[in-house]
Amino acid sequence: MPGPTRGFLGRRRDRDPRLPPGQYDAGSDWPVLTAEPTPRIAPETWSITVDGAVEAPATWTWDEAHALPRSEYRGDIHCVTTWSKFGTWFAGVSVDTLLDAVRPTADAHFVMATSKTGYTTNLPVEHVTGGRAWIVWEYDGKPLPIEHGGPVRLLVPHLYFWKSAKWISKLTLLHRDQPGFWEQNGYHDLGDPWRQQRYQGD
Amino acid sequence: MTEDAAVLGAGVPDAPAGGWRTATVSGVRRPIQRSVQLRLDVHDRIDHLPGQHYVVRLTAEDGYTAQRSYSVASAPGDPLVELFVERLDDGEVSTHLADVVEPGDELEVRGPIGGWFVWDGTAPALLVAGGAGVVPFVSMLRHARAIGRDDLLRIAVSARTMAQLPYAEELVAAGALVVLTREQYGIRPAGRLRAEELLPLWEEGQTAYVCGSAAFAEAATQLLVASGRPAASIRVERFGPSGGPA
Repeated sequence: MPGPTRGFLGRRRDRDPRLPPGQYDAGSDWPVLTAEPTPRIAPETWSITVDGAVEAPATWTWDEAHALPRSEYRGDIHCVTTWSKFGTWFAGVSVDTLLDAVRPTADAHFVMATSKTGYTTNLPVEHVTGGRAWIVWEYDGKPLPIEHGGPVRLLVPHLYFWKSAKWISKLTLLHRDQPGFWEQNGYHDLGDPWRQQRYQGD
Repeated sequence: MTEDAAVLGAGVPDAPAGGWRTATVSGVRRPIQRSVQLRLDVHDRIDHLPGQHYVVRLTAEDGYTAQRSYSVASAPGDPLVELFVERLDDGEVSTHLADVVEPGDELEVRGPIGGWFVWDGTAPALLVAGGAGVVPFVSMLRHARAIGRDDLLRIAVSARTMAQLPYAEELVAAGALVVLTREQYGIRPAGRLRAEELLPLWEEGQTAYVCGSAAFAEAATQLLVASGRPAASIRVERFGPSGGPA
């Protein structure tokens, strides 16, 4: 680490222990950051497909997904652009539920998440299983707003939020890792906020 | 949308990327209120593509750090890297850059970063910016002029007033469509950007780049989509208190 920046004191001396390094508390704000036009997706045309290295690929419609056991996340989210948001509340279905149905093969080690817009992001399987990832359509008890990925987005809150693909439509199980959209553009393949894995090489 | 779109970013070539560097502040200018232009001599610099950004990291005596992303305004051929920083009253990094930094200071920077919101100077582009969203487009414009291809760029910029438009003179000189929402400009009354104002800027094979606040970017993008421009031809960079991807 280089020396201190001349004259920089830093404001937030009492760090909230929930804040990963280099993050700040966005409070009630929830910034919107996307690389593509916001798509208008009617719930009745939305579906989620899980395919690739699985024994039984499957697709769930809006109604079918809602018939699965409901699962919630209450906790914090962290964006690579350095904002964090505490105490969020999302609801939908656990990715475990979807994977249990399609039965990934033993050599399926990675997942590529794909959005309706063509946005992609890659994740190791162990980071979307064990109750750590969801497909969500509800925020704070209301339908997920379109600008935040509604009607349905991926939620992987223990990783930087670009991994939580908005407007999710597909999860593809892979044998080998492949970079997604931001990962091809210099961002980290895993993106653990507690290890500040922002860019490739971090 | 019922069919899934093609993979976003497929076929977009890799862009240059650089790690952490030390930069010496060479110039500090404040041509418009509540902002600062920093001219940086980045040691062992990797040249950027227009549209890429840098991260600036500040370190306190006790090791506490804060970092934010800023778009580059300079062309790749410029010996210095120019960052434009909008000063946010509660901005921990931007207040330091705007109020404290002086020529001769050293700053820790990382860049260039980003491979999507870039223009390599070879294809027609429509650039639509709100406020400080003009910054990556200034880099594109300067690069276009340097390589003699400013014919490829069509530019529309929106600000509240002329005094609040960064790089206003340069943009006006380049023939940019200027939209002011709070004051008249020439014969144009104050008001938001309209779809019909963008129509004359259309050209076959253009990629559209939209940069601005989340609200501006959303509105401008929807104008383009509603006018029949394919979503796949539109690249968006939104910034709020922070920039870059979510």
